[in-house]
Amino acid sequence: MKSTPPSSPPIRRGRTRTVLPGFGLSAAITSLMIVGLVIIPLAVLILRAASLGPAGFLAAAWTPRARAAYAVSLGASLAAAIISSLLGLLVAWVLVRLEFPGRRILDALVDVPLALPTAVAGLVYSTLYVEKGWLGQVLVPMGIRGAYSRLGIVLVLVFVSLPFAIRVVQPVIESLDKDTEEAARLLGASKSQTFLRVVLPGILPAVVTGFALALARALGEYGSVVFISGNMPFKTEIAPVLIVSRLEEFAYAEATAIAVVLLGMSLSMLIVVNVLQQRLARNAQ
Amino acid sequence: MSIRVDGVSKSFGAFKALDNVSLDVPQGTLLALLGPSGSGKTTLLRIIAGLEWPDQGRIEEDGTDITDRHARQREVGFVFQHYALFRHMSVFENIAFGMRVRKAPQAEVKARVDELLHLVRLDNLGSRKPAQLSGGQRQRVALARALAIRPRILLLDEPFGALDAKVRVELRQWLRRLHDEIGMTTVFVTHDQEEAFELADDVVVMNEGHVEQRGKPDEVFDKPATPFVMDFLGNVNVYHGRVENGLAFWHGVPIDYPDYPHAQARAARVYLRPHELDIARAPAGGGPSAGPEGTSLPATVLRQTRTGPITRITCQPSQGGSEFHVDLPSAAARELGLQPGEAVSITPRHVRVFLPDPEYVI
Amino acid sequence: MTSKPRDAATATSPLGLLLLAGAVATVGLLIVAPLASVFVDAFSNGPRAWWEALAHDPDTRHAIWLSLTVAPLAVLINTIFGVAAAWLVARFRFPGRSLLVSLFDVPFSVSPVVAGLALVLIFGRQGLLGPTLAWLAVKVIFAWPGLVLATTFVTLPLVVRELIPVMEAIGPEEEMAAVSLGANGWQVFWRVTLPNIRWALLHGVVLANARAMGEFGAVYVVSGHIAGATDTMPLRVEKLFQEYRTPASMAVASVLAALALLTLVAKVFIERQLETESKELEAARAPGADTDPTTGGLGP
Repeated sequence: MKSTPPSSPPIRRGRTRTVLPGFGLSAAITSLMIVGLVIIPLAVLILRAASLGPAGFLAAAWTPRARAAYAVSLGASLAAAIISSLLGLLVAWVLVRLEFPGRRILDALVDVPLALPTAVAGLVYSTLYVEKGWLGQVLVPMGIRGAYSRLGIVLVLVFVSLPFAIRVVQPVIESLDKDTEEAARLLGASKSQTFLRVVLPGILPAVVTGFALALARALGEYGSVVFISGNMPFKTEIAPVLIVSRLEEFAYAEATAIAVVLLGMSLSMLIVVNVLQQRLARNAQ
Repeated sequence: MSIRVDGVSKSFGAFKALDNVSLDVPQGTLLALLGPSGSGKTTLLRIIAGLEWPDQGRIEEDGTDITDRHARQREVGFVFQHYALFRHMSVFENIAFGMRVRKAPQAEVKARVDELLHLVRLDNLGSRKPAQLSGGQRQRVALARALAIRPRILLLDEPFGALDAKVRVELRQWLRRLHDEIGMTTVFVTHDQEEAFELADDVVVMNEGHVEQRGKPDEVFDKPATPFVMDFLGNVNVYHGRVENGLAFWHGVPIDYPDYPHAQARAARVYLRPHELDIARAPAGGGPSAGPEGTSLPATVLRQTRTGPITRITCQPSQGGSEFHVDLPSAAARELGLQPGEAVSITPRHVRVFLPDPEYVI
Repeated sequence: MTSKPRDAATATSPLGLLLLAGAVATVGLLIVAPLASVFVDAFSNGPRAWWEALAHDPDTRHAIWLSLTVAPLAVLINTIFGVAAAWLVARFRFPGRSLLVSLFDVPFSVSPVVAGLALVLIFGRQGLLGPTLAWLAVKVIFAWPGLVLATTFVTLPLVVRELIPVMEAIGPEEEMAAVSLGANGWQVFWRVTLPNIRWALLHGVVLANARAMGEFGAVYVVSGHIAGATDTMPLRVEKLFQEYRTPASMAVASVLAALALLTLVAKVFIERQLETESKELEAARAPGADTDPTTGGLGP
């Protein structure tokens, strides 16, 4: 094509705009909210804790009572996340793979913990598992105390975290190729072998993601636990409860230091599980 | 409205979608941008529409620079590849959209939409939703919507790409008639040469962000300007041979090539279209009767495949070398009745030769 | 959430029955039993006692009113943010985009108590802006603005996370078409974008509203827990429980639980609409038999 005379057209730099409108406005609203509501508050929290100095921070965040609270928080959350993952896998599997009357209702009920205020959950759980409660009158004589105990904490944490574990795994089971399973069965694998070698590797990354979400949710939970745990220092006091009680004593420095530890726990755990999940996803391919 | 594209370049990150492309589209032309995916044809179309901005270069409309004019003000009718119909609006509202946002009076909108519905032969479907239409009907709604704003140019991105073969051919003929009727400058993008050749007044073949060739369909098909165009138009036998003394050699068979009168031999790529090769059964007991200086090539039939009216015969030169194809009308092939393994002689009627860069000499 | 299983087996095999029993027991014991017991306990003294517990206690009345004010405000803020952020992320490419997307999720992994504390450290009497706010005589912490801020923080990801995948699936073509037909920014948004995302937006709003009505930890920290002033419904539930007025506490809880059930019904309905729309979108993208985009075919 030599039909046009060689001209020197202007060079336009930085032309990455698109014809769609609203970049400026949407960027302004988004950054106002993210900076104002997420970045600044968390930065202030961390800076406030940092201003204590290393020794001051340790003195505030590493008291025996705080260490016990971390242990209760971590232990109960891990236990709850594991239970949620296992039960979540079971429920998700049944919802996807079995046809039975009431399947859609069961499916809808799974979301109750997302919609039900955690305070209501805590209140109800504590009344269910006390000696005179619906479940307590059976369980307490057997020596199982579901209220005002560590078991109670785990129970409500399973409640609040269960939907996360189910909803992450469910679509992955849906997308599984049933032909592969049938092929494995034809090749002589037993049902359990098929599940362990063919099905599980495919859904494991999703299970791990569900576990991570459940764990993150459980670590931060406050509303339901405060009702059922009894909040006894060194026994059933979780870190968020300790933060609140320090705050109510106007011990801001101590509350802030514990909050930063809790923040670090949930964020670092999320990172660890993210890495793990990526590795699993790579292996599954 | 004529369009001039002047030295337009556009990159997406490290990918150079358009590299100094210039193009003239005279008033009333129906022009096809033909090329493989990634050749930059869609990007060029979107730049003309104002949906993308060029990094460099200008777009002119009747001599006016419109490079900085926003798509909203360009008054260009654009038909998107997947039509981009507004799914929640009726066919009527889809077509009326451009007039509604201009706050046209209701009576005018109604009259214009009815007129367009008639033009695209969807008179009774105004109240349907796009989801209730067939692919061809959606395509026509997209066209009516684009025409509703009385655009000065009409741009279509792969207008028939998502339709099945039968509807595609019908719509193509219909679009040609429509263009002849309204005479609007029209540019459409396609990867389908058949579509480009059948529909367009002018074909622009694009590759890797530049224009390879522009011409009337016959010109482009009969005189491909570059090896790319030859390859892209497809269905061609390529042979790495040589030129020397006004002759090109294909498997040793000399073919007149007056463009290279020099005595010094040079490597060249020789292109032969399968339907421009004559095939005949070799004389009985002949063997390689035609020597290196003969005008036909002795070869062996490997297989035949029939695709509708055309039968393709795959052959190999008897002295060895790469396979090639010969296309015959199926009736002729049946009459000839060749069997695999049979000896044949091949006579090229027409070849095209491309020389690589001049330094390369055998 | 799920459609009918395409090739599900009926639960007739022994293993199938066992799995089904396990799933039903899990959901039954962990979810249904607590939910049912809220209503049973709330009405154990008859509907009149239930009504009196709600309507005759001024502090409870105030808590209901406050919840009905704070939650919609927080949801409104999050709707505006969610639409803006989803538009930004789904329609533009810019440096830092993926970092921004991961920042949207931060409120999910921060304990609400920690979030509340962070707000206290900024807006509280001894906080960063404390003196300024005191001089302006504006109260944020221990007052409703603090409740709105805390509630907005914990529900921040809910709307935007619903919108981004839907807007990405829809793609920008319809909006581009609107622009090339002459529409300005607001016309594009109101006439094309909003109708396309309305169900996803409603889904996010319903989820955000449920979370906002029920938020406890963050609100607890910033509210100061003042009955008749800064107690929302969930805080009132806790206060009544601490005062050993469990029936009254259950009555308030039953209202919240009913709201949660309403949310679920709305959610199921909206999800059905979303499913229909995504099927329509799929159908719109692949009409008829698409042909192979190669340059086959013999010359003319």
